[in-house]
Amino acid sequence: MTTTTQPPRQPAHSSRQLYASDLLRLSSVGLRTRKLRAALSALGIAIGVAAIVAVLGLSQSAESGLLAQIDALGTNILTVSNGQTVFGQPAELPTQAPAIVRHIDGVTAVQDTGQVPNVDVYHSPLIPSIDTNALTVQATSLGLLSDIHDTLAQGTFLNAATAREPVAVLGAIAAQRLGIDWVFSGERIWLDNQWFYVAGILNQAVYASAIDTSVLVGFPAAETYLGFDGHPSTIYVRTQTDRTASVQPLLAKAANPEDPSQVSVSQPSEALTARAAAQSALNGLFLGLGAVALLVGAIGVANIMVISVLERRSEIGLRRALGATRRHIRMQFLSEAVLLSLIGGAIGVAVGAAAVASYTYLKGETTVIPTEAWAGGIAAAIVIGAIAGLMPALRAARMSPTEALWSL
Amino acid sequence: MSINGITRDCIPAAGPPHVLEVDSATKTYETQPPVAALRGVSFSVGAGELVAIVGPSGSGKTTLLHLMGTLDRPTSGAVRLAGTDVAALSDREIAFLRASRIGFVFQQFFLAEHKSLLDNVADGLLYAGVRTTVRRELALDALSAVGLAGRADARPTQVSGGQRQRVAIARALAGEPAIILADEPTGNLDQTTGQSILALFDVLHQRGATIVLITHDMAIARRMPRRIELLDGRIVADTRSAESLAAGAPTIQTAEHP
Repeated sequence: MTTTTQPPRQPAHSSRQLYASDLLRLSSVGLRTRKLRAALSALGIAIGVAAIVAVLGLSQSAESGLLAQIDALGTNILTVSNGQTVFGQPAELPTQAPAIVRHIDGVTAVQDTGQVPNVDVYHSPLIPSIDTNALTVQATSLGLLSDIHDTLAQGTFLNAATAREPVAVLGAIAAQRLGIDWVFSGERIWLDNQWFYVAGILNQAVYASAIDTSVLVGFPAAETYLGFDGHPSTIYVRTQTDRTASVQPLLAKAANPEDPSQVSVSQPSEALTARAAAQSALNGLFLGLGAVALLVGAIGVANIMVISVLERRSEIGLRRALGATRRHIRMQFLSEAVLLSLIGGAIGVAVGAAAVASYTYLKGETTVIPTEAWAGGIAAAIVIGAIAGLMPALRAARMSPTEALWSL
Repeated sequence: MSINGITRDCIPAAGPPHVLEVDSATKTYETQPPVAALRGVSFSVGAGELVAIVGPSGSGKTTLLHLMGTLDRPTSGAVRLAGTDVAALSDREIAFLRASRIGFVFQQFFLAEHKSLLDNVADGLLYAGVRTTVRRELALDALSAVGLAGRADARPTQVSGGQRQRVAIARALAGEPAIILADEPTGNLDQTTGQSILALFDVLHQRGATIVLITHDMAIARRMPRRIELLDGRIVADTRSAESLAAGAPTIQTAEHP
């Protein structure tokens, strides 16, 4: 079967690159033969990538939830509220302010609430008076709900009749703090030394979080029973969507022509967007921790590869004797390091994504794994593997085949 | 095959072309003090020859093997494999020469324990640019040639030492190399197993393989058709047995190289 003068199989007389399948098989030799060691050194990379994917995924999911809410509610709501006087006292908005604002071109609806000062609210007269629960009592106009996109959790809102009577509607947090979780006929609260009947409980208000900790009563009732002077403290203005920007600068002057500087105007959707962005900014810390884990993982991979090269000297020598070029040896060890950390990276992405998915599932949010998180995690793993594997691979390739084979 | 006009001292008058020529090769290791491992060695191996290179430790056997196997280059002189001067080749070209023209057999076998015997043999062709399927076919042929076709799927740890060396020989054979270089192939084996490996080399020789066997054991060298004796980096004798003389090859007793 053996003849001595056969022409070489290849027309080429110098070595060529390995087939991709062979390279893949070669690069996994070390991992397959030393599974535990490979697993442990991939773990560092996995933890780092998982941390990064989880942090980015969680913040993105939260942010996208918030932004989706904003999208659904629209960005055409502006709030006008009483600012402060130059002496730091709360300023008052004129009682006719809502009506004036309503006349601005582009405004489609106006609602207002007025904080009733010095009034506390309790579940019953038996509650000690210091347990105010930090709740406020607000007089409200009747169309408030639809304008600020809030909804009722239970019961009914105030109407023209109940607005004149001692009847209240509770904000979501106010109901919680008062210990009222459902509305029945005859349910009442102790408000400024008299009973008010509870008509309904609101859901959380996205755009008007002040409503959540408030007990709402009608303007006439507030004036009749609570001695309220009728000055609104917050005006919710709804505009045509494309006119929001042009309406905003006019509001201060319209609401308080005498002293526009005592009026503060804001756009709740903008505040929410800013909040979403602020949440992402906090992630820097955790991303930094993930990066440190990645660095430690990279050192682990480099360490394992250095040891592996030393242990496998005879294998390297044999491969050279079988016709491997230095390049073949270099590629083998480099791709082994890349494969090792790629496996770590893939596990990290899977774990990070699973963490995000289970968290958002529990919170009922949508799961968002940003592309830059998982693709970046994988890419970082590949780059780290290449860097960590470079030095050991160069050492392996530099090894002389005679030393590698005969110095054992 | 005229080589730079130099008259070779061991070119047969008529015979097969030379597979390997070592021409006044010296090798000095640049240690402190420098060690001259080979001090001018010349011989050639014709196609189909079975040659033993024998000598005590320190005689330069292993260094000579490095040079013949193109794993190292001579300090001076030349090594030609299948007519190609190794000195003229780049690392990649030498690697390809090793992949396609040289088969190594080592004392320690150097088999991968996690791979089947078949894959171990097939790996001998990994760097020769042969596709996987072809590699495995050739590997099976080579395993048959050493009598282990039936154990192709076994692991090296599941077979005896003699069988492991047969696998290593099959790996060297698989690419049908121009020359097989065996370094103390029976060194890790007991007497009987060693004899069976030598018998295998005889069989391969009869089928036409060119084999150079390096050993410190004169008894092994004596049973080979030709033996080159090394001492202190020089060839002290190049002897052919009676049978190979009968086959037509001349014996040259080298008193010493110039």
